[in-house]
Amino acid sequence: MKLNLKIWRQKDARSKGEMKDYPINGIEGDMSFLEMLDVLNEELINKGEEPVQFDHDCREGICGSCSLQINGEPHGPDRLVTTCQLHMRKFNDGDTIVIEPFRATAFPVIKDLVIDRSAFDRIQQVGGYISVNTSGNTVDANATPIEKEKADDSFYAATCIGCGACVAACKNASAMLFTSAKVSQFALLPQGRVEATERVQSMVRQMDLEGFGNCTNTGACEVECPKGISLENIARMNREYLSAKLKG
Amino acid sequence: MSELNAKIPVGPLAEKWTTYKNSINLISPANKRSLDVIVVGTGLAGGSAAATLAELGYNVKAFCFQDSPRRAHSVAAQGGINAAKNYTGDGDSVYRLFYDTIKGGDYRSREANVYRLAEVSSNIIDQCVAQGVPFAREYGGLLANRSFGGVQVSRTFYAKGQTGQQLLLGVYSALNRQIARGKIEMFNRHEMLDVVLLGDKARGIISRNLVSGAIDRHSAHAVVIASGGYGNLFYLSTYAMGCNASAAWKAHKRGAFLANPCFNQIHPTAIPVGGPNQSKLTLMSESLRNDGRIWVPKDQEDAKALREGVKQPNDIADADRDYYLERQYPAFGNLVPRDVASRAAKERCDAGYGVNVTGQAVFLDFHSAIYRFGKEQARIKGLDTDDDRLITRLGEEVIKGKYGNLFQMYQKIIDQDPYKTPMMIYPTTHYTMGGLWVDYNLMTTVPGLFAIGEANFSDHGANRLGASALMQGLADGYFILPYTIGDYLSQDIGTGKIPTTTIEFEEAELQVTERIHRLINNKGSHPVDYFHKKLGTIMWQYCGINRNKKGLETAMEEIKSVRLAFWENAIVPGTAEEFNEELAKAGRLADFLELAELYAKDALFREESCGAHMREEFRTTDGEALRNDTDFAHVAAWEYKGEPRNALLHKEKLVYENIEVKQRSYR
Ligand SMILES: Cc1cc2nc3c(=O)[nH]c(=O)nc-3n(C[C@H](O)[C@H](O)[C@H](O)COP(=O)(O)OP(=O)(O)OC[C@H]3O[C@@H](n4cnc5c(N)ncnc54)[C@H](O)[C@@H]3O)c2cc1C
Ligand code: SF4
Ligand code: FES
Repeated sequence: MKLNLKIWRQKDARSKGEMKDYPINGIEGDMSFLEMLDVLNEELINKGEEPVQFDHDCREGICGSCSLQINGEPHGPDRLVTTCQLHMRKFNDGDTIVIEPFRATAFPVIKDLVIDRSAFDRIQQVGGYISVNTSGNTVDANATPIEKEKADDSFYAATCIGCGACVAACKNASAMLFTSAKVSQFALLPQGRVEATERVQSMVRQMDLEGFGNCTNTGACEVECPKGISLENIARMNREYLSAKLKG
Repeated sequence: MSELNAKIPVGPLAEKWTTYKNSINLISPANKRSLDVIVVGTGLAGGSAAATLAELGYNVKAFCFQDSPRRAHSVAAQGGINAAKNYTGDGDSVYRLFYDTIKGGDYRSREANVYRLAEVSSNIIDQCVAQGVPFAREYGGLLANRSFGGVQVSRTFYAKGQTGQQLLLGVYSALNRQIARGKIEMFNRHEMLDVVLLGDKARGIISRNLVSGAIDRHSAHAVVIASGGYGNLFYLSTYAMGCNASAAWKAHKRGAFLANPCFNQIHPTAIPVGGPNQSKLTLMSESLRNDGRIWVPKDQEDAKALREGVKQPNDIADADRDYYLERQYPAFGNLVPRDVASRAAKERCDAGYGVNVTGQAVFLDFHSAIYRFGKEQARIKGLDTDDDRLITRLGEEVIKGKYGNLFQMYQKIIDQDPYKTPMMIYPTTHYTMGGLWVDYNLMTTVPGLFAIGEANFSDHGANRLGASALMQGLADGYFILPYTIGDYLSQDIGTGKIPTTTIEFEEAELQVTERIHRLINNKGSHPVDYFHKKLGTIMWQYCGINRNKKGLETAMEEIKSVRLAFWENAIVPGTAEEFNEELAKAGRLADFLELAELYAKDALFREESCGAHMREEFRTTDGEALRNDTDFAHVAAWEYKGEPRNALLHKEKLVYENIEVKQRSYR
């Protein structure tokens, strides 16, 4: 395949960025999107130019490092995949592909396509845990049976990889899907109920402090989420938040 | 050469750990507050250690190269974590888990450490459940279990195909709790580039900020290396792109012995290599071998037809399929240990029975399982048990419930539906049993320098059993290191803050900056990956599934020449004072190119076959690994002496008092 890439280049956080054109040749359908960028980078380095920087690590859709807004969509045109799992067979010979970083005030650009998602860490730090000590003994794991359906829902919420596509997909750059997934994971488990009130309030407060926007229920986040995190989590978090407020 | 002392406590095996805990020095909470610990790496091992140490009261500085601890490569572990809970009542016990692990490791691991691991295993599950890790459950609400290779009980706990992710998020939450309390200072996007010794003790590290390029000094009373494995030596592997040996290799160069570097696990079930631009390989979890059956055609003509696309897998009748693991190993069938399964796949493919275009693949087939589960479901639900379409649909739902995400990954990569057509798989590098030598305290040969998780060598001998790395990482971090490091630190309660202004810090920093400048100013002609791919090819050819004397000697020479070529000819674009991935990659590869040579040397010196280390010269008549317990029942621990090939061998003799050492058999 022959493609015309338009890629966001930005020297560092302070510089202004711009789109640049990079024609590329010889791309196979079985290559992953990031392998296509590897080929481009190899060409650039060989020509003495600077390679395009992007975040990636596991390249199997689980670490949440990779991002990229591809033709306007976070993680590109395929559904339920991250950019590293997107394959070039989804594109056609002669296509123009526009590649930008995830855009959000709370995700400043570090360089080119690399962004700073530490706001997500800070949301988790204010309450994304159950306050049990890790050094001591605790009760037997089977002491508290948990309804399979609830355990499964908790698991599905917990499969969020923290990539930030939900934020990039949202016109308000809201982080509701991400935050609600963590709130839900714990809200659905008996172990997590103990601190539920405090947790939802702190995490929502931090989310607002970080500069993420409001949720206006467009559902764009769910569509673009590579892990299929469901909007039900947002509804659950809203209920949790409301009841926390009522409790004061 | 000297004999190494592992400092194993005296007394009966089952009482060693308890006796040890009762006899070590304790530190009062007030004194812990004046002690600093650096933890390099926040995967399962480092993250759990950092959280627990902080909770105990120590001041912790933790480092990872990713932008968040949640992304450590532990996140990618799929299948599960072992624990001797015996919830299924199938006869499991601490002793059996201990026994299976020693046997699985082909009698090349240390009894006392493995027993302790088995002993604390069940506490890990309790701990994780308390933290809200959503493990798979049965309809009755209790935890579910499955089986892994090399064992005959079901002791593996799991969260679908995302067990590592769920365990790591548990660790990440514990870390966050301590970060919020101010007890852990977390350095994301930081890479450790050297260990600093004051006198003979590890007292700090030099790090590079991967965003700004800043080089910093950090001091502490002890340093813990938890930086994971070095399988990326092979270029293609199931490791993440950033996984590296630099932290461990730098520790080695500062005096920590490196043990059994050639013990490297080749996992039998990864998605095969597709083309020349492939950048990494994706694992298909071993748990799939619970339900998938491995086969190639009985007839070479059929294999040829499959390779040429003239026939499809479903065109081969059941009678014409060779379920070679079931045939050769009736007792364990498809669940033989990884080393055995990998060699068998290679043997079949080399003999001309391989199935994809390259001839380097075998099938993993779920058809029988889908049928079996479907029939069971139809019976439970009172539906028609003769309706094949219904049975297939019900069976596929069960398989989806167990392995859904793995099937989806396969489908996205290969563009085929594994519910309908068998998966194609082939062995690839996956885990390194070798690593920094540690004693019973998890301390390396450098006082105050500890190593945990995949970065150390301790528990898996010559072959790791599935679902035991997650167990080891969490055991080391949550339950073992917090005790053993306390015993060491008790001598430091009066020491006070360690200064970073000493000559040792200055020199280490200077060496780090000089190397970076050498890399960045090298006006070479090839990008870093060019050399990494060359190294990978050498490793796979001579140091992979099978090895022999001549090949290993060749490997040592070729690795050295790639190393020289790299330093002469690598291009590293950009500058050192910015985000520069090529620079980070160059530094990691430079270390791999040294470690690789020692790996080959270790494999050359070990003139026997054991576990994953298969020397073609030492095989039983059945083609299995032939150990030489008289000469090689030891850990080979190498001391750095300038060039990798000049490393000096030290031995730790392995003594088995509680297990009868036998020829391993899974037939
Ligand atoms: C695909 C896959 C599937 C697996 N499935 C299973 C399974 O089902 N069951 C099982 O038991 N095991 C499994 N394993 C093995 C297991 O996941 C690993 O052995 C284990 O998670 C390693 O944990 P760790 O904490 O030692 O290292 P890692 O999780 O690799 O963490 C290393 C940490 O060190 C940091 N680091 C590395 N170098 C530096 C440096 N120079 N400076 C600063 N920081 C650094 C990294 O940022 C990271 O935080 C699997 C492995 C793979 C690859
Ligand atoms: S909710 Fe989905 S899109 Fe958002 S961070 Fe999690 S995985 Fe990514
Ligand atoms: S690189 Fe890990 S999810 Fe894409």
